[in-house]
Amino acid sequence: MSNANLFAPAAVAISGLRKSFGINEVLKGIDLNVQPGEVIAIIGKSGSGKSTLLRCINGLETFQHGRLTVQGHALDYSDPSAMRALRQQVGMIFQSFNLFPHLTVGKNIQLAPGLVKQLSVTETETKARQLLARVGLAEKYDAFPDQLSGGQQQRVAIARALAMSPGILLCDEITSALDPELVGEVLAVVESLAKEGMTLLMVTHEMNFARKVSNRVIFMHQGLVHEQGTPDVLFTNPQTPELQQFLSSLH
Amino acid sequence: MAIELDFAAVLTEWPLLVKGVAWTLGLTAVSAVLGVLLGIGCAWVRTQGASWCRPGVAAYVELIRNTPFIVQLFFLFFGLPAMGVRLSPEWSSVLAMVINLGAYSAEIVRAGIQSTPSGQIEAAMSLALTRMQTFIWVILPPALQRVWPALVSQIIIVMLGSAVCGQISTEELSYAANLIQSRNFRAFEAFIVATAIYLTLSIATRASLDWLGQRFLFGGRRG
Amino acid sequence: MVEFSLWDIVSNLLLAARWTIVLSLIAFVGGGFVGVALLIARTTHSRSLQYAVALYVQVFQGTPLLMQLFLAYFGMAILGVETSAWTAAAVSLTLYSSAFLTEIWHGCVKSIGKGQWEAAQSLALNFGEQLRYIIFPQAARIAVAPTVGFLVQVVKGTALASVIGFVELTKAGTMITNATFKPFVVYSCVAVMYFLICYPISLYARSLEGKFHVQR
Repeated sequence: MSNANLFAPAAVAISGLRKSFGINEVLKGIDLNVQPGEVIAIIGKSGSGKSTLLRCINGLETFQHGRLTVQGHALDYSDPSAMRALRQQVGMIFQSFNLFPHLTVGKNIQLAPGLVKQLSVTETETKARQLLARVGLAEKYDAFPDQLSGGQQQRVAIARALAMSPGILLCDEITSALDPELVGEVLAVVESLAKEGMTLLMVTHEMNFARKVSNRVIFMHQGLVHEQGTPDVLFTNPQTPELQQFLSSLH
Repeated sequence: MAIELDFAAVLTEWPLLVKGVAWTLGLTAVSAVLGVLLGIGCAWVRTQGASWCRPGVAAYVELIRNTPFIVQLFFLFFGLPAMGVRLSPEWSSVLAMVINLGAYSAEIVRAGIQSTPSGQIEAAMSLALTRMQTFIWVILPPALQRVWPALVSQIIIVMLGSAVCGQISTEELSYAANLIQSRNFRAFEAFIVATAIYLTLSIATRASLDWLGQRFLFGGRRG
Repeated sequence: MVEFSLWDIVSNLLLAARWTIVLSLIAFVGGGFVGVALLIARTTHSRSLQYAVALYVQVFQGTPLLMQLFLAYFGMAILGVETSAWTAAAVSLTLYSSAFLTEIWHGCVKSIGKGQWEAAQSLALNFGEQLRYIIFPQAARIAVAPTVGFLVQVVKGTALASVIGFVELTKAGTMITNATFKPFVVYSCVAVMYFLICYPISLYARSLEGKFHVQR
């Protein structure tokens, strides 16, 4: 199931990452290497720093110590154009979708490629329609976000992120805000992305999904990577008591 | 004692009234567009722009909001010539109205911008949009939509305030009413008619601007 | 030609500024009383009263204050009442304030949730008691900030009384300009004086807004 190319340079390389909110240290020294094509699920209790870690990778959160490189480039907050270049490489899907309410679905997807990559209107429209078809929403091109269900909105959000052709996709609890019956349609799209070789980092509570789709699972506890391994090993044979406790609390 | 009111004497002067209405609407239209644009610019400076500009913009906004419009108008029309800048009554009126509306719009639009959900900005950032692109395409349209009723109210206020411009001989509606009553001495009737016209204008303008906002300005539909 | 010093100008303006303040307070307080009466009328279940007040508000908010002043001045003359600029300005500004204040307060009352009314009714309070003990105290708290803010509008409104001849700050400015031929200096001073009156009130209103927001 692994599409990871173990001999390519790391897609994301993190060493010694520390981040505090004021006096509260949320990430206490993260070391992590993500290979291109790897699918990583990040699990843990709320407050363990999972989302914060994800948001550091595309620069939505700044960190105080350590080093973070994406596609070989180290993060540099002082350089806005470097940050924008980073965000063309790394896409993000949010728990609350964050679609632009005043734009149609099609325009939501086309906005960034048109402005940032300066593609022509026809190019962006063609790509938008392709991506919408890919996530199963071809007929919703002219609809507005408030006319769509949660699951549909999240799939549009995925299409919107994909329109920038990122190499890495960050998924921050993307099904947590969805009604249970809508979760499946979104996970199906993510699974197909994984199969195509997209590098994925997902913070998720969907353990079955993580088990099925990911190459590696990372359990975070109190701001550190507490345990990690392949899903089969991690879920059936948790080594540390904290992970054992976490997994049992889910049943 | 019978009160004799002669409205006919006023209504026969309808060409003057029409001209007055045209001027009032014209002044309002120009000031509305330029004033709101100025307000958006000021709001941008205060929320996103260079911090060295901000005290200046804040001072401008507070000065205009805490002084009467008539004083602002008189300052431009009577005061500036002493400094060598001589403006016609019409240009003074437009300038005063733009400066006035700009200050109030700045506050209104700023409130709209500051009520943008943070998720919208994060999504735009994650899509690699620049700050200016985010402001124009993601922040501003929904912000304007949220504050549109307040902006329309402010435009109406400026339109009604333009009545004062007749005092410096701008030929808008109140000037027309004054002219009529100076001819036929029917002051009360003239001003009743003018007031009724103003009332109609304010209702009609509000309805039109509300419709315009829905239709054209926001790139999308909103309930 | 007589030379006028800055102090000559400022002292004369200050004398006139007294009248600005007096007129503002009369209009604000008088408008407050009328506004409360209108508010009570509007809160009753009488449809016709509600429409009447709504119409009253629409007229005063939808027409220029300048026209209202002219109408008061010439209208009172037609009715045979002895009108000075002062009386016309006071009457007109009082009615103007009453319309805006009642609208502000009506908004505050409307923002009190229906649940409060229902709770009060369930406790067998009559309409007057509901208003007095339950609704108005809560509405009053929300209303303080915008009401204080409106005082600034009234002060600015008094400047228009100059057009019908009432000698307040703006009219004094015009008269002094005609005497001194220093319009830039004079109108700058006039603006500064209005600012000195209005800005503290604006700041106070803003601080009240913050205070009551937190308390909710």
